[in-house]
Amino acid sequence: MNAFPLFAEQIPVPFETVWVWIAHWLGQSRLAVENAAGTLLVGALSAATCALVGCFLLLRRMSLLGDALSHSVLAGVAAVYLITGSIDPIPMFLGALAAGVVTAVATQFIHRTGSVPEDSSIGIVFTSMFAFGVVVVSRATGVHLDLDCVLFGDVAFAGMNFTPTLGWLLPKAVHTLVPALIITLLFLVLCWKELRLTSFDPTHAATLGFSVSVIHYLMTTVVAMVTVSAMEVVGLLVVALLTVPACIARMLTDRLGRMLGIAVLVGISCTTIGYFLALRWNSSAAGLMAVVAGVELATVILLAPRYGLLGRLRRSVQLRLRIAAEDVLAGLFRRMERTGTAVSESTSDCQRLAGNGLAARSAIRWLGQRGLLETSAGMVQLSDKGRRYAQGLVRSHRLWESWLDQNFDLDPDHLHGPAEAMEHYIGPSVQRQLEDDLQQPNADPHGREIPDVPD
Amino acid sequence: MQIYSAGSSFEWFVAHLTQSCAADGLVSYCRDVITELTMLLGLNHPSNFNPYPVTLLTQTTLVLIGTVLLGITAGLVGTFAYLRRRALAGDVIAHAALPGLCMAFLLTQSRSIGVLLTGALITGVAGAFMMSLLRRVTRLREDAILGTVLSIAYGLGIALTRTIQNNYRNERGADLESFIIGRAATMLRSDVLQIAVAAIACGIVVLVVYKELKLLSFDESFCRVQGWPATGLDLLLMFLTAVTVIAGLPAVGVILTAALLIIPPAAARFWTDRLSLMMTISAGIGGVSGATGTLLSARMDQMPTGPLVVLTASALFVVSWMLAPNRGWLWNRDRSEKELAAAAAEILRSETSSRAEVKS
Repeated sequence: MNAFPLFAEQIPVPFETVWVWIAHWLGQSRLAVENAAGTLLVGALSAATCALVGCFLLLRRMSLLGDALSHSVLAGVAAVYLITGSIDPIPMFLGALAAGVVTAVATQFIHRTGSVPEDSSIGIVFTSMFAFGVVVVSRATGVHLDLDCVLFGDVAFAGMNFTPTLGWLLPKAVHTLVPALIITLLFLVLCWKELRLTSFDPTHAATLGFSVSVIHYLMTTVVAMVTVSAMEVVGLLVVALLTVPACIARMLTDRLGRMLGIAVLVGISCTTIGYFLALRWNSSAAGLMAVVAGVELATVILLAPRYGLLGRLRRSVQLRLRIAAEDVLAGLFRRMERTGTAVSESTSDCQRLAGNGLAARSAIRWLGQRGLLETSAGMVQLSDKGRRYAQGLVRSHRLWESWLDQNFDLDPDHLHGPAEAMEHYIGPSVQRQLEDDLQQPNADPHGREIPDVPD
Repeated sequence: MQIYSAGSSFEWFVAHLTQSCAADGLVSYCRDVITELTMLLGLNHPSNFNPYPVTLLTQTTLVLIGTVLLGITAGLVGTFAYLRRRALAGDVIAHAALPGLCMAFLLTQSRSIGVLLTGALITGVAGAFMMSLLRRVTRLREDAILGTVLSIAYGLGIALTRTIQNNYRNERGADLESFIIGRAATMLRSDVLQIAVAAIACGIVVLVVYKELKLLSFDESFCRVQGWPATGLDLLLMFLTAVTVIAGLPAVGVILTAALLIIPPAAARFWTDRLSLMMTISAGIGGVSGATGTLLSARMDQMPTGPLVVLTASALFVVSWMLAPNRGWLWNRDRSEKELAAAAAEILRSETSSRAEVKS
């Protein structure tokens, strides 16, 4: 007979066989694997919920609210303890929630009535409430009010603390995290249109008759609820889960739905990788989760296709190269026009056309590869394809000069500079518009012929 | 080093104060304080040097000196940060200091507070620098950047603290954690010395570049146009903030240091429109909060000093917000009601007179 009639024998853990199999495969105890699975579940739930509301916080420029809420929650817990003298979880949760709402309201109130800048009023409210919380917690002798849990979070404990739930044995934090996730999803689905509108254009939303402040306070309440339930797991570092995944998603996309999806995935990956690193290095899972989030953010800032640093660098190098190449082509075309015959130039002459330097050298090599220039024995001349391309450029240049001359009171010698810059950006459709506007001109203000559209 | 328990030392302090007042007045007490301060700053004769001097002052007075100086410095520096709308930069610097403390310990294995705080200063400034870098190169906005840098740095700090705590099983791990909430009641002479040096340095710098900082705070573009190095001044302000925050870390900890930089200037703003006066009031509120918080925590058992200092400052903020003339809430509420009443009376009068005109 078993000396300890554990309820674990009556109430099963979900997917029991999977854990047994993994435990066997890893050579670990079944309990360790179940604990790890529970921790990962709890981490993923809090990350997903935080990421969803975090995106809206980011878009509404309210990211600091998460920071403030996570600190002032302690005051709510402390106040409930002072009043009731117990540490029953449900009143504590409600107290923390109330503290969150009070923080948001007080911040706005001080900001409005005292004309204190918003960030300062946030700073005043949350530090004061946190100080109050610390004072009460330090006075609370003999009662287990764990300041460390607030400061550092306890992912491992939250994942291990199994209790029977609806016939299954699940981590206790699930009791608050799953309702929080469901309420958040409901809020997002029901108020999707209003949220989107008020986040991107509050003034427009107000003129359409939506109550911006009702949405604001609903949002604040949901954020307070999410923060409180996730704090049990990650402590003050709930700020990391609220802001960083949303920032990463913002760097990657411009679409709201996609942003939410990316943020959730990033959040879950952070908690998962952070947990395993913490096991490996015997450190804090919540802390390493924030570090992993930081590494992911740094990667995205560098490598994001559209808004990343390398992407922007690559695009600017490409533009520089294209401009240098087009300068060479247009320069050769003008010489050809002057002499009337196809000319060969030395490579160094060509480079001078694009202002020498690395960009000019690479541009000429690139033109050769694309078949726009023909090179023979150090001499360079326009190929047929190159001549057509250059003709388009010179056409843009001279049309722009004519248009400037017609519409602005500029001296003739001030026309070339702007046109030299604009010629790279004028495509066929703008050429057509300019031509219509100028009523089919034949020559530019300097008397040179405007070449036809290349065939 | 002897550390007196907070409660009894307060009684001793009061008894000492009353006795010396009764005997030869406050003068002798002040002389003791001055002697202690000179010893603290190492200004007395080197032959008197004693690493564990018999203190003339109790632990409470030592803490009192520390917190008052810290409050004054934070009030001074915070004024400019507040006016530059950089109030929360101090918060970021404080959080970013935590990994620096841990790294300094891991790299040097040193327990000296100077080494640890140097590490803290380096990462704190790096955090502030990261913030301005991200603001420039990414599309993220100010609030998101603050939250991001703060939480990642704090996470790194927590992870390192845990690693140290788990791998060096001695009192050191717990000691690093004490930087998170602070341990003002057991402040050491070295801590007070640091605060004193930081206070004097910040005070001198603020006085020397007062005019330039004033210009920068109120009209940055004009400052640039006039040819002042606005970016350099901005960096200087950031550095001053970092020094204040780091000096205050052992006393009030990572999370609450920001409060000392934000609350006194915000309270002072209600009372005046003049910068010099605002700085004075802000420093005064900082100093008074430091003193009151320390004395309260010495008076009562198990009351942490840092949070009490912050709570005193918030109480003073609420008082200023409510009562201050012109900008205070009561004043404005009164005024707006009176103005509303006057406007309503005006409208009524004009309406009745126009009706009378129509009738006639």
